[in-house]
Amino acid sequence: MWSDLSSRTQLTPAALSHGKTPNVNALLKIEGLSKAFVAAKPVFADVSFSLARGEFVCIIGHSGCGKTTILNVLAGLDTATTGNVFMDGREVIGPSLERGVVFQSHALMPWLTVRQNIAFAVKSRWPDWGKAEVNGHVEKFVAMVGLSPAIDKRPAQLSGGMKQRVGIARAFCIQPKMLLLDEPFGALDALTRGTIQDELMSIVRQTQQTVFMITHDVDEAILLADRILLMSNGNESEAGYVPGGIAEVVVNPLPRERVRASLHHLDGYYELRNHIVDFLVSRAIAH
Amino acid sequence: MRSLNLRATVVSLLLLFCFIGVWQLASSGPLVGAAAGKQTAEELEYLKMMGKDAGASKSTGFPSPLQVAQASLGHLSDPFYDRGPNDKGIAIQLAHSLGRVGLGFLLAVLVAIPLGFLIGMSPLMRKAFDPFIQVLKPISPLAWMPLALYTLKDSDVSGIFVIFICSVWPMLVNTAFGVASVKREWLNVASTLEVSPLRKAFQVILPAAAPTILTGMRISMGIAWLVIVAAEMLVGGTGIGYFVWNEWNNLSLPNVIFAIGVIGVVGMLLDLMFGQVQKMVTYVE
Repeated sequence: MWSDLSSRTQLTPAALSHGKTPNVNALLKIEGLSKAFVAAKPVFADVSFSLARGEFVCIIGHSGCGKTTILNVLAGLDTATTGNVFMDGREVIGPSLERGVVFQSHALMPWLTVRQNIAFAVKSRWPDWGKAEVNGHVEKFVAMVGLSPAIDKRPAQLSGGMKQRVGIARAFCIQPKMLLLDEPFGALDALTRGTIQDELMSIVRQTQQTVFMITHDVDEAILLADRILLMSNGNESEAGYVPGGIAEVVVNPLPRERVRASLHHLDGYYELRNHIVDFLVSRAIAH
Repeated sequence: MRSLNLRATVVSLLLLFCFIGVWQLASSGPLVGAAAGKQTAEELEYLKMMGKDAGASKSTGFPSPLQVAQASLGHLSDPFYDRGPNDKGIAIQLAHSLGRVGLGFLLAVLVAIPLGFLIGMSPLMRKAFDPFIQVLKPISPLAWMPLALYTLKDSDVSGIFVIFICSVWPMLVNTAFGVASVKREWLNVASTLEVSPLRKAFQVILPAAAPTILTGMRISMGIAWLVIVAAEMLVGGTGIGYFVWNEWNNLSLPNVIFAIGVIGVVGMLLDLMFGQVQKMVTYVE
């Protein structure tokens, strides 16, 4: 298996040494990722980071910096121009049930009810399960996001927040090794967004889920993330084109048991927030 | 406030009465002999010899609504009789036509939907098939008739072939379009769930494209019903189209008008049927 992998991909020495080191916590490792639509001007280049098991990582940056592309590469829905993604030491070469995805546009199938939408995922994960087993599992995860009363409704009958909850339940119900969230609350109003953030937070804490999430919202990132990746856009400078990439990794110093309501009273909150906002305002465009 | 439907029904009935009234007036037109007083004996003799007897009261020849109603009643009261090849009840004629349409349509479904899936899912196939579709689509289905008769050597099968060839295009084009425009996000969901290609085709693409496919089927059925009448006029034997042609040869206009009415009503029912199915597969986003 291992020899098969190394013959197929050009593992960098770093990756090999990583594979041998007893660092069991790194679930996902991203190395030297770049994406170029125009060969000479990659949108981002040399993006490397890793996610530890149970870690919640947010990536924040302006539109067009390539956040969604990175997430799609991690999901296996897109391919990078260069670089590799490894999960549990194996290269990611396509979509997998091991990585659940919550899409920005919720992507529920409108001809199916909430129950059927989630059952579709459950049946994909466990094709051998009987009806009762599938149904029990579906109801458990619908209850988890508080949508039991709406379980037999179609997506068109649900509000935006409810649809996104279904999307989250669908991603969780396959019990993936990690979760990829593409700006899941972008289209929601502030109140709904806050409620679902709290819900997501408690579910993630309970399930010890590893999460990678894109956001535009600084407070959201501070509330949810253990680490925040700050991403800069590609930019034309006097010295030539500078591709975008991860400019800085901020470790969240706030206590892990935090809630939205008292977040802004915590020591260090404003320093952290100002730091990220300053980055977005002045440094996010690469110089 | 009265409902819109009720008011519309009232207006519809009014239009119907106006139409029948005008028809009655027009068909009961002046008698040929009306001007008899002004004609000389020789002229009257001449008219008589020409079959235009001044004494007999003759209409314009176009049947009045009452005559048509009587003819219709006669057909509808005994729709299943069969007295030889040229005299069958209207229900039997309709059954022949519907049978041909049904069979031709079914064959078209079997070809158009799988092929539409292929074309919709593969840009290569779309480009490769496109010239053929573009050339074959505008050909009048009846133009195929001689070729069909020659190769198939059977008028009945040729009729079915003509229905097949005319209903295949709208279904093919719509299926391909529907399949090609399935939202990327639903396919992404299927990919991330590692759904097998067959399950993806039946549980994601098919329901997503179903409304568009049904639209194509509805258009196809409409065209098939238009074409069957003409086809049966050409090949003869049985069917509602043949019935019209036969009654024309009998110079029995009441029967022709009755048949026209039947063709319209059956066409409407077919369309309503597809409308219902379409409602069932349509989803709100």
